[in-house]
Amino acid sequence: MKLSEKWLREWVNPNLTTEGLVEQITMAGLEVDAVEPVAGEFSGVVVGEILEAEQHPDADKLRVCKVAGNGDEVCQVVCGAPNARPGIKIPFATVGAALPPGEDGKPFKIKKAKLRGVESFGMLCAQTELQLGDDDSGLWELAEDAPVGADLREYLDLNDQCIEVDLTPNRSDCLSMKGIARDVGVLNRKEVIEPVIKAVEAQIEDTIKVSLNAGEACSRYVGRIIRGVDVSRPSPLWMQERLRRAGLRSIDAIVDVTNYVLLEQGQPMHAFDLNTLRGGVQARMADQGEKLTLLDGQEVELNSDTMVIADDERAIAMAGIMGGNDTAVTGETKDILLESAFFHPIAIAGRARSYGLHTDSSHRFERGVDYKLQEQAIERATQLLLDAVGGQPGPVMVTENDQIPQDREVTLRRERIKSGLGFEMSDEDVIDILTRLGLELSVKADTGWRFRVPSYRFDIAIEEDLLEELARVYGYNRLPTTSLTADLSILPQNETRVGLSAVRSQLVARGYEEAIAYSFVEPKLQQMFDPEITPVPLQNPISADMAVMRTSLWPGLVSALQYNLNRQQHRVRLFETGQRFIPKGEGVSNLDQQPVIAGLIYGSRLEEAWTAKAENVDFYDMKGDLESVLALMADEASFSFEVARHPALHPGQCAAVVRNGEQVGFVGALHPKLQQELGLNQSVYLFEITQASVAEAQLPSFQPLSKFPEVRRDIAVIVDQNINVDSLQNTISAAAGEQLTELKVFDVYVGKGIDPHRKSVALGLTFQHASRTLTEDEINASMDAVIKSLEETFNASLR
Amino acid sequence: MENLAALTDEALKLVADAEDLAALDHVRVEYLGKKGQITALLKGLGKLSAEERPAAGAKINEAKQKVQQQIGERKHAMEQAAVEAKLAEETIDVTLPGRGQTNGGLHPVTRTLERMANIFKAVGYDVEEGPEIEDDYHNFEALNIPAHHPARAMHDTFYVDATHVLRTHTSPVQVRTMENKEPPIRIICPGRVYRCDSDLTHTPMFHQVEGLVVDKNISFADLKGTVDQFLKAFFEADVPVRFRPSYFPFTEPSAEVDIQCTNCGGDGCRVCSHTGWLEVMGCGMVHPNVFRASGVDPEVYTGFAFGMGVERLAMLRYGVNDLRMFFENDLKFLKQF
Repeated sequence: MKLSEKWLREWVNPNLTTEGLVEQITMAGLEVDAVEPVAGEFSGVVVGEILEAEQHPDADKLRVCKVAGNGDEVCQVVCGAPNARPGIKIPFATVGAALPPGEDGKPFKIKKAKLRGVESFGMLCAQTELQLGDDDSGLWELAEDAPVGADLREYLDLNDQCIEVDLTPNRSDCLSMKGIARDVGVLNRKEVIEPVIKAVEAQIEDTIKVSLNAGEACSRYVGRIIRGVDVSRPSPLWMQERLRRAGLRSIDAIVDVTNYVLLEQGQPMHAFDLNTLRGGVQARMADQGEKLTLLDGQEVELNSDTMVIADDERAIAMAGIMGGNDTAVTGETKDILLESAFFHPIAIAGRARSYGLHTDSSHRFERGVDYKLQEQAIERATQLLLDAVGGQPGPVMVTENDQIPQDREVTLRRERIKSGLGFEMSDEDVIDILTRLGLELSVKADTGWRFRVPSYRFDIAIEEDLLEELARVYGYNRLPTTSLTADLSILPQNETRVGLSAVRSQLVARGYEEAIAYSFVEPKLQQMFDPEITPVPLQNPISADMAVMRTSLWPGLVSALQYNLNRQQHRVRLFETGQRFIPKGEGVSNLDQQPVIAGLIYGSRLEEAWTAKAENVDFYDMKGDLESVLALMADEASFSFEVARHPALHPGQCAAVVRNGEQVGFVGALHPKLQQELGLNQSVYLFEITQASVAEAQLPSFQPLSKFPEVRRDIAVIVDQNINVDSLQNTISAAAGEQLTELKVFDVYVGKGIDPHRKSVALGLTFQHASRTLTEDEINASMDAVIKSLEETFNASLR
Repeated sequence: MENLAALTDEALKLVADAEDLAALDHVRVEYLGKKGQITALLKGLGKLSAEERPAAGAKINEAKQKVQQQIGERKHAMEQAAVEAKLAEETIDVTLPGRGQTNGGLHPVTRTLERMANIFKAVGYDVEEGPEIEDDYHNFEALNIPAHHPARAMHDTFYVDATHVLRTHTSPVQVRTMENKEPPIRIICPGRVYRCDSDLTHTPMFHQVEGLVVDKNISFADLKGTVDQFLKAFFEADVPVRFRPSYFPFTEPSAEVDIQCTNCGGDGCRVCSHTGWLEVMGCGMVHPNVFRASGVDPEVYTGFAFGMGVERLAMLRYGVNDLRMFFENDLKFLKQF
């Protein structure tokens, strides 16, 4: 809602500067977004009249004009505007005038000039050149009666500001000058002076049949016929200026008047060309698929949830949203039907948007228009119309049904002011604030009051709404401020729960930067990583590359990798935590929204340094980092890595991470095919595990220490290359007996001296007994059992 | 006996000239050892008279000790020099950087989220989380935003299907918590939220932290105190805070919260659009309809809720001037936090 400060001050004029006023209403909940002068800064511009306009001898597009207005002098001005012609009145910047500053911030000075050899004394202006509007199609043609020679600022009363208020959707009552002035009046305890609206007596008898066939959606329709209007007459300058300052363009006198009443009173109105109507008018719901061509020229196919105004044959307006083209007022119109109706918010809400429309009218109706305003508005419009375009008004026709909103009453308990706002307000203040806002005290009791809510306050329905009004007018910042108090009960503390922040810290300590990627990704990229899953698509993605919900964090991490590689980064270590969205069946309700952690490494193992030569990361770097996270669970035995396949990973470098038998994630190298498709030169290593799998640790449980010496024996066995060390270890542990306390792999060798299909694995076995020293024989026996078992199970030979 | 002095001088010279421990040991054996020359003199004492013997013995012992002491001193000096030499040889350039993995860092959003969470956890709030694909009921209906409510237009919602959306705020977590837990409730709900909007100052995904307190006798004054204290704690400054009436369907009364511009101190600058104030959060008293939808009796309990954008606060706190950088994951950006 944008309006002129001067106009506001005609209604209510508090003793405040512009800044003070803006601050005051902002702090009362009518947030001011901007305050702008209604015109650019300029001086020396007068109302000029073009007396003659002749073709420039040397330039097709220029005209040489004789212009009156600069004192008694007639000035020669060269002008390029297409509409420069004798007889029109235009803004004339005389020599010495300063026009609004351009990019450089300096005023644009008008000097005597020569254009293509012809002298020019001044400049004729378009709206944009004076920052008075956005029409730059040509010279701004002023009213015929504009006084030649008058200073333009004074003539247009331009020493004024536009105040733009960003209203919250509950404050439909402030979508008019009347409403804003009412709030300003309340805040300053000042009376508001409204324009006097007198009923205009009917001069003719003409009426039209009106019927209401949409129930609650339209419970009141007020109409009036005016015959013999002269639409060639313009609306008055003051009206045009007020409209312009509210951001509305002047169209013709009839549209201007309906727009003006909308701005002033808050009642959206419409005018039909009476002679285009076929029979009476009615409010009804549209037939599904019914067609209507709107004022803006577009044809819409209506849904049955949309109310229309129709004549006996067809829809003629989308009720409360936009009029129809066939029945619109045109230059030929002689007789009109004015409409001032109450359409229920529920019947209008969302409808305009569903057709891609948003109008000043729909904006107000869907938030709530004063349901008692219609007759007053039509009288006001009649008065203004007769002044502007003449004509004979018929009687005001009021058609209502029994579903007009009932006045509401709301109870306010005195005790709730104290408990809700934290302070006691005097009874006088409570009644004063609320009655000035237009509420009527209907019942007064010991415990509180009942108030009748005015018909323009759709937002007041419950006690809390009254508390808000009290707080708002009293001032939020004057209300007390207290510290919250609560029990200091000590609650159970779960020691084994591992917070996500511990996991993050672990990765940070191992050189990972945390990334945050969008949860929606490009479908093609998503498909590359998880070809077997159909991801959840968005119905209205913001762009094609953010169209589906990710089923893995890898696409985002790989995109971040590419982004950084393109910016001369060669070593990338990233992790992310977040949800992935995995469909588990038909419909969104069967969706698994899983919080996961994922990581990516690329490039050299360590930062370039003098201490080591650059080596690139491999699978075991990634696995080691992941193991360090798993180690936070202090439950090593519950985790295992199993040979697995994943469509995005290298088939020979991929492991499933398993905890207690359940697969919780994957670790591996990006599949070389994907790596190539993504244009990555080196191998990429990735992991992703569920957050649930690293949320629960084991509580430490003390084991007595053995006082007896431990003995270590090393063996190297040669086995087929396809035997996993994991299975060797399992076999050894089973065969070695209880006294084996530690088993380490300390070397794996493939190459010279060994059968090319086989590998050598060196293992260190540590034995210890809890209560005595182990004998040489016992250890030898264990080692023999281990070796025998390896020979039998894996065809192993000692190296 | 007559050559004792000569022998002693000879030995002492050899000690002084010895170049290593072996040479020194050789001197010891040659003069003081069992068959050493000075030791031999002691053996010759028997040839002297009883009267002469003590004096002569004392002289020999004195000479022996003198040599012994010189050998000891010389040996110590040699050992000392050896240590010094070894240390000198082992000296390195301690200004060279150390070895190993360098540290990474948390994303500034996480860093900010954790800071916020820690402030609230310290006074007994719990952290609650919820799904990001939400049903229409929890994202809108239960929050007093029925279909076609004009407030829905404020949300620029991403739709997944007719009844599911990407949550536009973390408020549904509040509803879910109230559905499952009896008051008193003191929670914060951090997380990703989504709005169908993308320009210089909007990204289609961002992070919020919302808070909810439900108990008996919670007033607007408690809300003001909590918000005011939080902002001062977060910015570690006695920053002026103001409350402006506003509107959210799920709270009544509702307020927007501004802090004095952290960039210009209220004088007006580009960051605060020359108003001197920065909008940092929305808040209000929980609407009775929200309580009813969540199974809380509004006649018994009252409560407040607040919500803020994490990126916004991170930008102010760390001076980040472009929202979009948060999701580009540029290492040069990430490494600054």
